[in-house]
Amino acid sequence: MTIKPLSRSRTRIPKRTHSSKSSSLLTVLVWVSIVYFLVPIIWLAIASTKDNSDLFSTFGLWFGNGFHLFTNISQVFSLNDGIFSRWLLNTVLYAVVSAVGAAALATACGYALAKYRFRGQTAVFWVIIGAVMVPMTALAIPTYLLFSSVSLTDTVWAVILPGLVSPFGVYLMRVYAAESVDNSLMEAARIDGAGELRIFMTIGLRLLTPGIVTVLLFQLVATWNNYFLPLIMLNSPSLYPVTVGLAQWQLSASSGGGAQVLFSTVLTGSLVSVLPLVVSFLFLQRFWQSGLSAGGVKG
Amino acid sequence: MTRPTAARRSTIDRTQTRAAWILILPFLIVFLLAFIVPLGYAAYLSGFTSQLVGGEVFSGLTNYTRALQDPQFYAGLSRVALFLFVQVPIMLIAALALALALDTGRVRASKAARLLIFLPYAIPSVVATLMWGYLYGNDFGLITQLFELIGLPGPDLLDKSNIVGSTMNIVCWEFIGYNMIILYAALRVIPTELYEAAEIDGANQFRIAWSIKIPAIRQALILTVIFSIIGSFQLFNEPNLLYNIAPNSVGTDFSPNLYAYNIAFKNQDVNYAAAIAFLLGIVIVIISIVVQSVVNRRERNS
Repeated sequence: MTIKPLSRSRTRIPKRTHSSKSSSLLTVLVWVSIVYFLVPIIWLAIASTKDNSDLFSTFGLWFGNGFHLFTNISQVFSLNDGIFSRWLLNTVLYAVVSAVGAAALATACGYALAKYRFRGQTAVFWVIIGAVMVPMTALAIPTYLLFSSVSLTDTVWAVILPGLVSPFGVYLMRVYAAESVDNSLMEAARIDGAGELRIFMTIGLRLLTPGIVTVLLFQLVATWNNYFLPLIMLNSPSLYPVTVGLAQWQLSASSGGGAQVLFSTVLTGSLVSVLPLVVSFLFLQRFWQSGLSAGGVKG
Repeated sequence: MTRPTAARRSTIDRTQTRAAWILILPFLIVFLLAFIVPLGYAAYLSGFTSQLVGGEVFSGLTNYTRALQDPQFYAGLSRVALFLFVQVPIMLIAALALALALDTGRVRASKAARLLIFLPYAIPSVVATLMWGYLYGNDFGLITQLFELIGLPGPDLLDKSNIVGSTMNIVCWEFIGYNMIILYAALRVIPTELYEAAEIDGANQFRIAWSIKIPAIRQALILTVIFSIIGSFQLFNEPNLLYNIAPNSVGTDFSPNLYAYNIAFKNQDVNYAAAIAFLLGIVIVIISIVVQSVVNRRERNS
């Protein structure tokens, strides 16, 4: 069989044995710059162990007078009747449905554009390429205006529907399908009597798996991090994703007054909300890196 | 003999065309609903003006001419320009330097290094801005604490004169790693033969990077430039969140997007907001096309 297990780019990576000697200068420079990337994250982790007064009175990169991580976490999950867990679930729902849906739609469309010749093909392709350049946020206000005119705002669909559209995903899958799905393999399946959709479901999907993972991860991060779209679309706090919820808490904490929300709660909530993605980055890093590289190498 | 074959061909064409449309249609439907129709509707809305007397009145391009004369719109655009000419180069040069350093294979624990540089990409911009906002804080922030440790007064990084730089720093922190990964991946697929000879001849790593590696990853570099340009025009999350802690420094027109948001949701002027969103989209598409054609022309010439 000609089914190759993983992305082509991996097999193209040359083995380099010649550069085994390491340079202390480069090592020091790179690791010093890493301090910049890590300090805010370390600060956040330490801040989550402090109560609100230690947060302002003790040194940021060392622990405070007491260890309050668990008190803080229980505060995060009990504030406003435990709405934080609702926000986390909403984020998971929006991210997973958008990512899976966008990857499925983009895969089918990109595959068809790469593997079939049909009337209207060029037009469809160019419209999608043009759409790649239209930024999501320039689209957000128009989408809000349309959705509010049909009373679709403040529903889950207001967030999920725009998340299903990934023109860049279609473009990526078209390039990927053109490279990795062999025409002769499709022809052989046709001679064996397989229908076109069956060929797509069995041969196409298997060969496209690395590309599908790429689009899936891209869209997952994009939706997980999305703030602008849910901010304008949603009014009910029970529908918020965690980004909008945290921003709301932060606003309430910094506007002071009644001091309903403590800064320590906002920060601990931030830490809790980034843990899932950070952990998945550390464990699935091979997927992340080969996935993101597909865009750069082939784009 | 030819006729049956031709007939067979056309049935094949028909089944394949049908299969193609079945596969394309789901995307196309959602694309229409959540992309084309909203744009069309916004274009339609942008042609009206709401008046105190008489409600919505068709006004042609009035909203666009208003935007083109609106100093607040230009204030946002000029900050985007600052990002394009200051923040984007800093970010991409840092990303390129790190990618080249890691690609030499001479950095110890380079796999861990790569992962840690990339890690901020996993942090939502909302959380990133929240964190940096606290680090910047003048009375208790970490940066002020560090300054005081060496006996200096802490700078007010949320002050009006510093807020642009502070925002640039947050965007750099978020995206250097992402760009580094794209460039690094492109560097890894350069065939080693291209510079093995140079290495044997004793060319140093800077020379190899400058004359062999950087030209070889031109495509990936262009991609990061275009993504960064689009990103700069989209600037919203960071200023919107910094506004909560420093409203006077950020203002309502920090970026065109923030301005459009404020017009739509604070001033309730959806028609004008639609025009600004539309204008912004057009500007971005034009700039992307210009960048690409300049690059293509230069490639053809060289």
